Amino acid sequence: MKLQSQAIASSEQFKTNKASHTQALEQIREAAALAAAGGGERSRERHVSRGKMLPRERVANLLDPGSPFLEVGATAAHGLYDNAAPCAGVIAGIGQVQGRQVMVVCNDATVKGGTYFPMTVKKHLRAQEIAEENHLPCIYLVDSGGANLPQQDEVFPDRDHFGRIFYNQARMSAKGIAQIAVVMGSCTAGGAYVPAMSDVTIIVKEQGTIFLAGPPLVKAATGEVVTSEDLGGGDVHTRLSGVADYLAEDDSHALALARRAVGNLGPVKGALVNLQSPEDPAYDPDEILGVVPGDLRTPYDIREVIARMVDGSRFDEFKARFGETLVTGFAHVMGMPVGIIANNGVLFSEAAQKGAHFVELCSQRGIPLVFLQNITGFMVGRKYENEGIARHGAKMVTAVATTNVPKITMLVGGSFGAGNYGMSGRAYQPRFLWTWPNSRISVMGGEQAAGVLATVKRDGIERRGESWSAEDEAEFKRPTIEMFERQAHPLYASARLWDDGIIDPRKSRQTLALSLRAALNAPIEETRFGVFRM
Amino acid sequence: MIDTILIANRGEIACRVIETASKMGLRTVAVHSDVDAGAKHVAMADTAICIGEAAPAASYLRGDAIIAAAQASGAQLIHPGYGFLSENPDFVDAVEAAGLIFVGPSAHAIRSMGLKDAAKRLMDHAGVPIVPGYMGENQDPAHLKSAADGIGYPVLIKAVAGGGGKGMRLVEDPKDFLDGLTSAQSEARTAFGNDHVLIEKYIQKPRHIEVQVFGDGTHAVHLFERDCSLQRRHQKVIEEAPAPDMPPKVRKAMGDAAVRAAEAIGYKGAGTVEFIVDGANGLRPDGFWFMEMNTRLQVEHPVSELITGVDLVEWQIRVAAGESLPAQQDELSINGHAFEARLYAEDVPAGFLPATGRLAHLSFPEGVRADSGVRSGDTISPHYDPMIAKVIVHGPTRAVALRQLARGLRDTQVAGTVTNLSFLGALAEHEGFGRGEVDTGLIARDLEALVQQPGVNLVARGLAALIAAGLTEPEQTLSGFTLWEPLRRTVLIEEAGEAHEVQLRLSGANTCLIDTGGDTITAQRSDAGWTLNGQRAPEFAVAGDDITVFADYGRSYRIIDPLARDTAGGADATLTLAPMPGRVVSVHVSAGEAVSEGDKLAVLEAMKMEHTMLAGRDGVIAEVLVSGGDQVEAGAPLIRLEDEAEG
Repeated sequence: MKLQSQAIASSEQFKTNKASHTQALEQIREAAALAAAGGGERSRERHVSRGKMLPRERVANLLDPGSPFLEVGATAAHGLYDNAAPCAGVIAGIGQVQGRQVMVVCNDATVKGGTYFPMTVKKHLRAQEIAEENHLPCIYLVDSGGANLPQQDEVFPDRDHFGRIFYNQARMSAKGIAQIAVVMGSCTAGGAYVPAMSDVTIIVKEQGTIFLAGPPLVKAATGEVVTSEDLGGGDVHTRLSGVADYLAEDDSHALALARRAVGNLGPVKGALVNLQSPEDPAYDPDEILGVVPGDLRTPYDIREVIARMVDGSRFDEFKARFGETLVTGFAHVMGMPVGIIANNGVLFSEAAQKGAHFVELCSQRGIPLVFLQNITGFMVGRKYENEGIARHGAKMVTAVATTNVPKITMLVGGSFGAGNYGMSGRAYQPRFLWTWPNSRISVMGGEQAAGVLATVKRDGIERRGESWSAEDEAEFKRPTIEMFERQAHPLYASARLWDDGIIDPRKSRQTLALSLRAALNAPIEETRFGVFRM
Repeated sequence: MIDTILIANRGEIACRVIETASKMGLRTVAVHSDVDAGAKHVAMADTAICIGEAAPAASYLRGDAIIAAAQASGAQLIHPGYGFLSENPDFVDAVEAAGLIFVGPSAHAIRSMGLKDAAKRLMDHAGVPIVPGYMGENQDPAHLKSAADGIGYPVLIKAVAGGGGKGMRLVEDPKDFLDGLTSAQSEARTAFGNDHVLIEKYIQKPRHIEVQVFGDGTHAVHLFERDCSLQRRHQKVIEEAPAPDMPPKVRKAMGDAAVRAAEAIGYKGAGTVEFIVDGANGLRPDGFWFMEMNTRLQVEHPVSELITGVDLVEWQIRVAAGESLPAQQDELSINGHAFEARLYAEDVPAGFLPATGRLAHLSFPEGVRADSGVRSGDTISPHYDPMIAKVIVHGPTRAVALRQLARGLRDTQVAGTVTNLSFLGALAEHEGFGRGEVDTGLIARDLEALVQQPGVNLVARGLAALIAAGLTEPEQTLSGFTLWEPLRRTVLIEEAGEAHEVQLRLSGANTCLIDTGGDTITAQRSDAGWTLNGQRAPEFAVAGDDITVFADYGRSYRIIDPLARDTAGGADATLTLAPMPGRVVSVHVSAGEAVSEGDKLAVLEAMKMEHTMLAGRDGVIAEVLVSGGDQVEAGAPLIRLEDEAEG
């Protein structure tokens, strides 16, 4: 059924909303531009003067010309390490090579020689996780000095640290997910294992090097004096050592060889879903900025967003009259079927039960789930606790946690408290998690958190028979409120890779489509749910 | 009853004849060589018969096979087209001996005009003015020299049996006469097996004006003149009718002379009497001289058709079938002005070398008559004439017709081979030509300007990059998608042998900034396609990695495949390669022989021209890879020298 929008583009409200979103967007755009610039002008010039392509050009020239690129973690490490690692020093994303979706992981040697900061490791691992879950061949464009030594304790020893990269490579290779490395610069120490652990490795002549220890370390250890090229250059590795398989003349040749390698992969054994011919929404996706209020506290109908995301703005709403604060229903995004679960207010017991029911439906039918998250949490109060809202909430959380259909989550507003769990927050391992610039994420609202702390303190003060002025209380609450505001911001969140990136709300439909397309590269496994508390 | 005609030709003229013959209700029979089995003329005819292999001598020149084909297919008429057997009197005899009708003059008429000196004597007797000259049997060099001295320099030495500029030498100074004679004789010997030459006066500002005649064996009429002065090395490039600045008095004098010439030999069918005309001080009734008569339909006959409204092929067929002249002289008049430009697969910058290729695209604009023997997808092979089409226009005045020609050429689209299109376009827009100042030296004088390649066109290059990136394909909603910063994609495009980097910054599917040559072009896509810097993008054609953008008479680009790069290696002087497709005439060295730089190694003949292959350096011949008579493709290795170290 086609959704009917109530929005009026010429209204003051529409214009105000749009202005608010545009301002938020500008901030993200600046952050993204900063990240895309990498290690700054000097370092870029030095890179180019060596005949190397800049990392983003490498990615661009690897991909099919004109094809889409869905970047992951575009503002990772923003504001971290004194801003020393723009984009976390590594570009990651899903692109198209020879018509096939692949995960590209490209070191940015203009950022501290491409060394791995903690967020670099986290981003690399997240990219691999996406590749593994969605069966995307991995292409590593390697140009890295290995671990960032001053932070070795944060990048080397733990489970999800450097070693996990090679573990993942081996595990993915075992699953038939191709691992292709293109050595376009250094690959030192641990980094040497990226090409070594790959199925196919290409190295650029007189530019790429692979060794466990570089010339200075060799000299210190054994006294042997050797050049980088003789120690582990392209000629050595393709002729003598066999660590690499193809010798490339330069970057563009290497990338062409990588493209050819992808062309020689086996067929995609993806998910079976009923596809339809794609169709544009009846309402312009660009209007999202006008229909969604800038202030999270202002309620609006989430169907206005759905109408600007799905094919023909057609939405087969399921159980529309029951548990109305959760909107569920079937639709298509660029021809791909989805089940949408969207917040339209606080979660009540009925809404949670409805959510669980809908997840069961989609799981049985193998239809991917899309969560549009704008949730302040589950309803609180005696009535609700007594009727067992935790039990009903648990049903939804169980369903979301155990379903095997691909889940894609989009934070279109608030993401607070247990609502985050039921709506497939990061911990529930959605295939992708995207956020809007106006979204906020925290365990609860800053006001509420400060209020809780203030109540505890006031109780103590009053127990001692003392008094606490309203001014003092406000002064006490202020730092907490400020901290929550800062930490709930999407740039703060995305910098730490709590999500896969902030997107322009107008690109939601395309982002969803690319995410779905990626997800459909892997077959959908049968679901076995956990015990539902009835 | 005459109901079937066989066309003993190929290419545009075969198509041209089939068209009229079909219109006249005749059944048409095409003959073809094996490589022409899929050719346009074969497709157009009702029946087609293969008469042999690619080489003309093995097919289109095989009179016996053609007559057999006519008999097998029940054809009563044989139309020879032009070239091939069209002026071969023995063939005419054989056709008639087989009880068939040759659409054209009698064997006797052809023979009368076949040998130039005899023809001139004949014309002299018939009262047709001839150029002062010597046409005697005495070929003693000293005798020829004194004859030349008598005529007065500059003189032209021409092969008696020649044509098409072969065996022809201009001598301006008496001391160069003997050298010129020797080379003209040797060329004539190679080409025609007859080294006899004639000498004639060389006219300073000559114009080539020819008169179209038509006879029924007894009487003849003329269909006015054509001016074919725009020539390059005696090859006609653009023809027009009528001749500019032709006074009615001179037209009448020339027409009458041409009719006298035709009637003197009992001419039947369409023929052309060529005159050389002194254009130095305006055309005069006593300023034209008979050159030769072409006893066939000419390539440029359409311009005469357009100004007279006569279908010459129709007339040919009617007269061949026994009718007398379809019209009397006073029924013929000139209506407006017509031009014809000959579009060839030719590498103009390389010196007009014939080219080959598969025509990925071929189209002509509305409003021009394009006589063509090829279609999109057809191949210009090295076996035959590389003509693609004749672009013909007709307008009320010369100025209008010339404008139509210029526009017609600008909007002609050819992809898949290099062509002389921009050269033709430059001629059509040549100021002097526009004023009607035509003479046979015009092209040579202004050659440099005429062959000048158009300058850089960044917009066309930008479009080529968009094409290379697949962005001119139907729009895909997700193309060009990025979350934030656009990606900067590099497309490598080769243009005129040079590699250019073009960077594309896509913002969504419909907006792209194109950086190339230090400039940024803004490209926008709408339902109507791309606009570049606000201008609608030119049309284009793509075949594999080859892109042709139809701007500036067609610009060719090639997508550079980074994978192909390492295999590219430059040729050096060790290997002598064929510069164009052609036939090896002779090889002058053998293995083991020592040669010096500049020594003649072999001679290659392509498109009526002989090209001498010279040694690129001193050395010893390691291998001769071809022998005389071999047909070779462009780039084929001919001779290999030993490596310098070996020597």
